[in-house]
Amino acid sequence: MSTMTMAKAINAGLRAGLEQNPKSLLMGEDIGDLGGVYRVTEGLKADFGADRVMDTPLAESGIIGTAIGLALRGYRPVCEIQFDGFVFPGFNQITTQLAKMHSRSEGALSAPVVIRIPYGGGIGSIEHHSESPEALFAHTAGLRILTPSSPQDAYWMIQQAMTCLDPVILFEPKRRYWLKGDVDTENPSGDPFAAHVLREGTDATIVAYGPLVPVALAAAKAAEEDGRSIEVVDLRSISPIDFDTVTDSVRKTGRLIVTHEAPTFGGIGGEIAARVTERAFLSLEAPVIRVGGFHMPYPVAKVEEHYLPDIDKLMDALDRSFAY
Amino acid sequence: MDLKHLAVRPEATASGLPENGAGNADPGMVGGEADPAMVQMLSPEGELLLHGPYGAYAAELDAEDLRGMYRDMYTIRRFDQEATALQRQGELVMWVPMTGQEGAQIGSGSALQQQDYVFPTYREHGVALTRGLELSSLLRRFRGVSHGGWDPSETNFHLYTLVLAAQVPHAVGYAMGMARDRKIDPQLPEAATVAYFGDGASSEGDVHESMVFAASYDAPVVFFCQNNHWAISVPTEVQSRIPLANRAKGYGFPGIRVDGNDAVAVRAVTSWALEHARSGKGPVLIEAFTYRMSAHTTADDPTKYRLSADEEAWISRDPLIRLEKHLRAAGLADDEFFEALAAEGQAMAEKLRADVLAMSSPGFTDAFTDVYAEAHPLIQEELEFHRRYEAGFADSQEPTA
Repeated sequence: MSTMTMAKAINAGLRAGLEQNPKSLLMGEDIGDLGGVYRVTEGLKADFGADRVMDTPLAESGIIGTAIGLALRGYRPVCEIQFDGFVFPGFNQITTQLAKMHSRSEGALSAPVVIRIPYGGGIGSIEHHSESPEALFAHTAGLRILTPSSPQDAYWMIQQAMTCLDPVILFEPKRRYWLKGDVDTENPSGDPFAAHVLREGTDATIVAYGPLVPVALAAAKAAEEDGRSIEVVDLRSISPIDFDTVTDSVRKTGRLIVTHEAPTFGGIGGEIAARVTERAFLSLEAPVIRVGGFHMPYPVAKVEEHYLPDIDKLMDALDRSFAY
Repeated sequence: MDLKHLAVRPEATASGLPENGAGNADPGMVGGEADPAMVQMLSPEGELLLHGPYGAYAAELDAEDLRGMYRDMYTIRRFDQEATALQRQGELVMWVPMTGQEGAQIGSGSALQQQDYVFPTYREHGVALTRGLELSSLLRRFRGVSHGGWDPSETNFHLYTLVLAAQVPHAVGYAMGMARDRKIDPQLPEAATVAYFGDGASSEGDVHESMVFAASYDAPVVFFCQNNHWAISVPTEVQSRIPLANRAKGYGFPGIRVDGNDAVAVRAVTSWALEHARSGKGPVLIEAFTYRMSAHTTADDPTKYRLSADEEAWISRDPLIRLEKHLRAAGLADDEFFEALAAEGQAMAEKLRADVLAMSSPGFTDAFTDVYAEAHPLIQEELEFHRRYEAGFADSQEPTA
């Protein structure tokens, strides 16, 4: 057991993945000598060489496209997309090629490419550096999507992604890169696609993932002072979604708040609300409430605090749920 | 819009191919700002001119090689005719004809070695034949029974890709993998990939990014652009104001323009390019100057956008006629050879037709099977839902999936 930041945990996970499989390699912009703009790959080029940790030309479609070719040849590429808003030049390769290669070939081909994307806001940055585009990928069959909320999950999820037979996108909550936590490097976190109940409660459930998990936990603690027992579920996997764990929680609490930074319209929260309604309608004491971003481009840094879900917004949502 | 000022070779299409059949003096260079000389070895009259830097590659071809190339060109044209007929009769949902491009495809495909790997567009039926692919498997996609149709690892011929140029970076990445393999195991044979694309797809960003990556990593890839003059209804002049082969210069690797209707020249040039790539010298761009004599697809109507005179001008440059003239003039093939081919072609077409008609639809539930390689709860849940739904029709006489 050791304590490390999430960025360091991903770095250590990548290192372990590179050590375990000589055919694994990292590709991305500035990931070599610089160690990535967030230093997640720091030191890896020095230890594994430029062939295993490749600074690529500045072209996202080229990164994903050549990674697919390498994967078809038996390699295990892990691509870093520098920021969430810059994945879109590679969107075509991800959705029309990577996601479909296995089914198009009726199982004959596999392209187990891993794509790491730092995502989310709250860092006071400029346009395209604070987005949460996970729903766009979740809508595409053939992809798996993970998002860690702790160093422990980050350390193991990247390694689990690197051994998965399917393409995996790892959305990394960039404002939590410096969040410290214990990492058990001996014992994996278990099934990466299973949701985890991080805090048990009896009165309402908050489902969160990635950067908002600490916010949900803080809101639950604050609600405790109001005499409300809140259960917090960390979704961990956005595709597939562990609806069993979410539904079990709602059957117990009867109330559900789903929160994410991405816009609520067409988002993961809507999907969860619909599934829970289908599965546990009679357990619900109130409508499922979504707390997320607005239907607008991610706002400028000076006002982003009004856009992002926070403790107050979650408390307000709990009030509305209990008042129903 | 008047595009004459953009014309690549305004006289070339009307008055015939350049007289210079010698090709570039140095195959590694595309000279200056001028058009590259078009490499040609078979004149339209069928005269074989084995000069120039690529001549040695053509000189290696014996009578059986040349007859084999003609046989493949004839076979694939007959295949194309039969597939077109099958579509017209409602047996295929669509067909993508390639008539006119046999020289470019058989010429390049026959230059490949077994360990090489091809990333085709959706029109490389001729290349598929050279790789030994069972031709009927090409039609599974167009019969509407598969999105793929074959296991690429069996013939090193990747699945058709319909998103234009999306397969080109795959070819570069695969080539990078081949080079890595040889670093790990130097006993492996040198190998290269060929990325096929057309003049229309040359405008796609993926082609640009692929060429950047290939140059940066010296990837053993041959970019094979069939300039067939038409991207559905849009002429090449809208895609580029310079010959496409010249673009290679901007990336820092050789670019060659070859007469795509001259199978011998295409084979020679491709052999050189593959050798160059396999030996670690990096990528090569080949522009095969050819013509799509038929429609873009069976849903297309070329009378809307091009003149019949234009089409007729290219009939005189038919790649099959040219090679036939040579085979006859050189005494390498006689009437008996061509008559036997016609009979073989007819038998192939009949078998193809039977194979297509015998292709059965997959069950709908098969579509759930390979969405993911590992078990996936949503797939399982939706499959079970669908099965329960279908089971509700158990008393119905209507067939279900």
